[in-house]
Amino acid sequence: MMMHTGSTAIEVERLCKRYGPKIAVDDVSFTVVEGEIFGLLGRNGAGKSTTVDCVAGLRAPDSGRIRVAGLDPRRDRARLRRLLGVQLQESQLQDKLTAAEAMRLYASFYDQPADIDDLLAMLDLTEKRNTWYRRLSGGQKQRLSIALALIGRPRVAILDELTTGLDPVARRDTWRLIDQIRNTGVTIMLITHFMTEAERLCDRVAIMHGGRVVALGTPAELGRPTLEDAFIALTDHTLADHTLTDRRS
Amino acid sequence: MKMLTMLALTETRLLLREPLAFFWGVAFPMVLLTVMGLSAGHIDGVSLVTIYEPIVIAFISVAFGVQGIPVQIAGYRQGRILRRLATTPAGPARVVGAQLIVSLSVIFTATAGVLAVGRLGFGVPLPRQPFGFALVVVLSAAAMVALGLLIGAFAPTARTAGAAGTVLFFPLMYFAGLWTPQLSAAARHIGQFTPLGAATQALGVAMTGGWPHPAALAVLGACTLVCAGLAARFFRWE
Repeated sequence: MMMHTGSTAIEVERLCKRYGPKIAVDDVSFTVVEGEIFGLLGRNGAGKSTTVDCVAGLRAPDSGRIRVAGLDPRRDRARLRRLLGVQLQESQLQDKLTAAEAMRLYASFYDQPADIDDLLAMLDLTEKRNTWYRRLSGGQKQRLSIALALIGRPRVAILDELTTGLDPVARRDTWRLIDQIRNTGVTIMLITHFMTEAERLCDRVAIMHGGRVVALGTPAELGRPTLEDAFIALTDHTLADHTLTDRRS
Repeated sequence: MKMLTMLALTETRLLLREPLAFFWGVAFPMVLLTVMGLSAGHIDGVSLVTIYEPIVIAFISVAFGVQGIPVQIAGYRQGRILRRLATTPAGPARVVGAQLIVSLSVIFTATAGVLAVGRLGFGVPLPRQPFGFALVVVLSAAAMVALGLLIGAFAPTARTAGAAGTVLFFPLMYFAGLWTPQLSAAARHIGQFTPLGAATQALGVAMTGGWPHPAALAVLGACTLVCAGLAARFFRWE
């Protein structure tokens, strides 16, 4: 199915979610256009992961409206799972499962999965295909996790903390890989706290702080002079309060 | 069906890669039975190997149900494997289902193995009431697997799940008669209200041709329903 370029892949409108007295996500809205790489940035506890959980249908929002490829992540959960690929933060695989076995298992979940050999080659895992998960390096595990997120030929992929824990070379390689994936037309939502990564990869970013979106735009629009400076200005507690006061006046 | 089959195949493969679990749950019961057979001892005119056959069969269901399943489930939760599966069309419940299928299959296979060792190695007759015997094997496996699910529902980590399984192993197997097959009258009385005390007594009855006492079946059925119900009610996927 061909989608119109410029049509909406992910729509989040006035999303709110609290855990007991703690407000995790407070009135968050953004849209992700089909084919773009959208970055969700923020410090630890900013509300990124809760937002992602709601978008992926893992948590029910308290209020607000979410659509992913036109589907409600909770109500149309079964259909959403078929067209959404997710790479979760800190999610592991069984220690004694080989890379190829994991790929075959996850491929069996989808009607028309991607080719396992192609995907393993694209992620530079061909030589590791018969290696147990626990014997893979951090970078290899991460790449396998990305491969599993793509095995179902998703239209939308959510990649959470893609390069956390990777060495600089592995990080560069992963970035190149994301460029390749973008070229296949997959819409990507990238969750990160590395500003260079967001600058390098994302078409647009939303910066979250204290459960809210405090800035939204292209990295170039937001970066004054760099995205990192903008990020710190927006999310450093003392400065952030100052910024908000400025805006109100 | 395709997903469940692939998940069950994967779980089987992973189990075969755990030699220690396999030794404890499959080989050890047969070794124990062999030792009893070779000792050629008797209690009240009944050979030790005959007495121990129901006990090692109960042991198998504890090894895989109470000690195996909780560690697997808690480990999958801890490693966020259940959460990861929740984002795929397979869903997390299917992998738990696959684990139950594989565990029950292994319990039944190992039970058949124990019967074979007893019969071929030491001439212990096969159960004279095979249907009653099979019913008790199925019910006791179900009870132990349900208890395992219940532990797995609560245990936050694989380590605590393993510890809980080990702690439960001792009273469960005590009343099954693992350490003292000839329990005191009082212990025997209490034992018949515990799942494996009821199971071993009922298995012994079925071996000699009787139909298991309804009370024993009720104890096993109640244990299964209560544990499975509580597990379903309180199960945490993450």
